[in-house]
Amino acid sequence: MTFLIALLSGLIFGLGLITSGMSDPAKVLSFLDLGGRWDPSLAFVMAGAIGAARLPFAWALRQPRSWLGQLMPSAPAGTIDRSLILGSALFGVGWGLSGFCPGPAITSAGAFALPGIVFTAAMVTGMKVFDWQKK
Amino acid sequence: MTIDWTHFSPWSALAGGALIGLAASLLLLANGRVAGVSSIIGELLGPADGNRRWQASFLAGLILAPTLWAGLAPNGLPASDLVPTGPADWSVLIIGGLLVGFGTRLANGCTSGHGVCGLARLSPRSLIAVLVFMAAGFATVFLARHVLGN
Repeated sequence: MTFLIALLSGLIFGLGLITSGMSDPAKVLSFLDLGGRWDPSLAFVMAGAIGAARLPFAWALRQPRSWLGQLMPSAPAGTIDRSLILGSALFGVGWGLSGFCPGPAITSAGAFALPGIVFTAAMVTGMKVFDWQKK
Repeated sequence: MTIDWTHFSPWSALAGGALIGLAASLLLLANGRVAGVSSIIGELLGPADGNRRWQASFLAGLILAPTLWAGLAPNGLPASDLVPTGPADWSVLIIGGLLVGFGTRLANGCTSGHGVCGLARLSPRSLIAVLVFMAAGFATVFLARHVLGN
């Protein structure tokens, strides 16, 4: 059952990415282009997502277990450290270069779009590089 | 700064965002799991554990979404909605992908894990992550488009 819920959640998530314009790299780059003709639309994606998730999250995280009996995640460990800042900065540069972040990259690859597939392959490689250097 | 009113689409952005928030809420309420795409991919690349099945299922949903959308929408799904405009710049896609992969693992999250789930649970770490990747994104596009020319 948990995998069916996950499949449904992934589907709705992906439809949301497409509906919102978040999966369109050109729109992402227009959103990030404060110095040009700025398209502020994608700020509304975050507003809509957090608006919809805020109360369910607050309620869910006070429950001992999920509907399917799984333990709820504890508050994420770790503090505001160098890894968080440096990692987010590198991510932001890659996002600003390409217009892709991880979710839309997977969705684009799912549509058999070659740029999405190439980006996803490079992203997976970057994740593997991270795993190697951590050892 | 000028606003690009012709492409401004607040309602579809808000509706799509609400779907994303709904999807993340469903995963947390029913499964007790966080819809963070970079962590899901990163953990699938690591050693096998009890999370593999739901993580692979979630990714399968993301992968199938464009096909479902194309089937539901009267006009289908224009390919231009999922790829950069103009001829693809492969070196930019590869460098961007490497940076996004490495950076999101180092920071333990991306636009979904920190930007949606983290902010929805009011995590200070996620707020800092979002401010940093947004600032880096703004700076990168500014440099690429207005300083180095492009």
